[in-house]
Amino acid sequence: MMKHNLILRVISKFMIPLIFLFALYVQFHGDFGPGGGFQAGVIFSAGLILYALVFGVETAKQIIPPFVLRCLASLGVLIYAGTGVASLILGGKYLEYGVLASTQVAGQHLGILIIELGVGITVMSVMLIMFFAFAERGQPE
Amino acid sequence: MLDSLIGITLLTLLMIQAFAIIYLRNLFAVIMLFGAFSFISAGLFVVMDAVDVAFTEAAVGAGISTILMLGTLALTYGRNEEKQEKKSSHKPWLPLIVVSITGAMLIYGTSDIPAFGDPQAPAQQHVAPYYLEKGLSDTGVPNIVTAVLASYRGFDTLGEVAVIFTAGIAVMLLIGGRRRSTRRNTESGDDDET
Repeated sequence: MMKHNLILRVISKFMIPLIFLFALYVQFHGDFGPGGGFQAGVIFSAGLILYALVFGVETAKQIIPPFVLRCLASLGVLIYAGTGVASLILGGKYLEYGVLASTQVAGQHLGILIIELGVGITVMSVMLIMFFAFAERGQPE
Repeated sequence: MLDSLIGITLLTLLMIQAFAIIYLRNLFAVIMLFGAFSFISAGLFVVMDAVDVAFTEAAVGAGISTILMLGTLALTYGRNEEKQEKKSSHKPWLPLIVVSITGAMLIYGTSDIPAFGDPQAPAQQHVAPYYLEKGLSDTGVPNIVTAVLASYRGFDTLGEVAVIFTAGIAVMLLIGGRRRSTRRNTESGDDDET
């Protein structure tokens, strides 16, 4: 697929790591700057979609198989909901992050970081699931 | 002054694009214009200091939706078919009247909306002052938007994640997986899975 687009391939190989890095920055810096799990998930999936567009959907699927994507999509929701259950077990209310660590502020920090991670994982994998569904549908076997 | 100048420029661009989208018949160009439309809206949000919203708009509206619409276009038209919008069979007068009346009512409604950034606006009076005053000391998170989304409104965000998850499952159930029969997909029988 796209054997001749040398410039596109070289440039995207250069861009994709930067996109991933930026996604991780947005993910873990969401407390301090703009962004958060949702935006980070979309940006991360955009990097993989760029890869799939340039190098072919089948190649992209070898990196991250659909089965793994489905597991990740559920895992994200589980992380989020599980944080709520964990705070219940530790004696707080559902999603009350204050009880997760020794102090209120530290617990909030930890809780927000974890649930943003859950959001990011779910959004990333759902976007890719949608993209693969559309891309696959168009290719006859 | 500079803010309003940038705002007016961006809004003018949006209007030009909207008219171009209406008049163009080439669907590929329309999708690209939709992407540009989202991107300029994101710029508008930045001017209004809503950076998080701008971020989402640029990533989702300009990025992912454009890709998904292109995918839909590739699915609904044949490989060599010209991707043109069909001429509509009805006259545009009734929709035009409906749109004009609705638009006039919306513009009339804006006269009651408090000015942009008005501290006396009802939306700024309810819980927003509490978040702004206590947000940092309650959560230790400087970005108030993140504090509200993830902590104060954690339940809502959990619901949103569940919605995204459900959407993914729905897409997977509807169009996921490859068509098994290659003999049948020469025609347009899309809803016929075997």
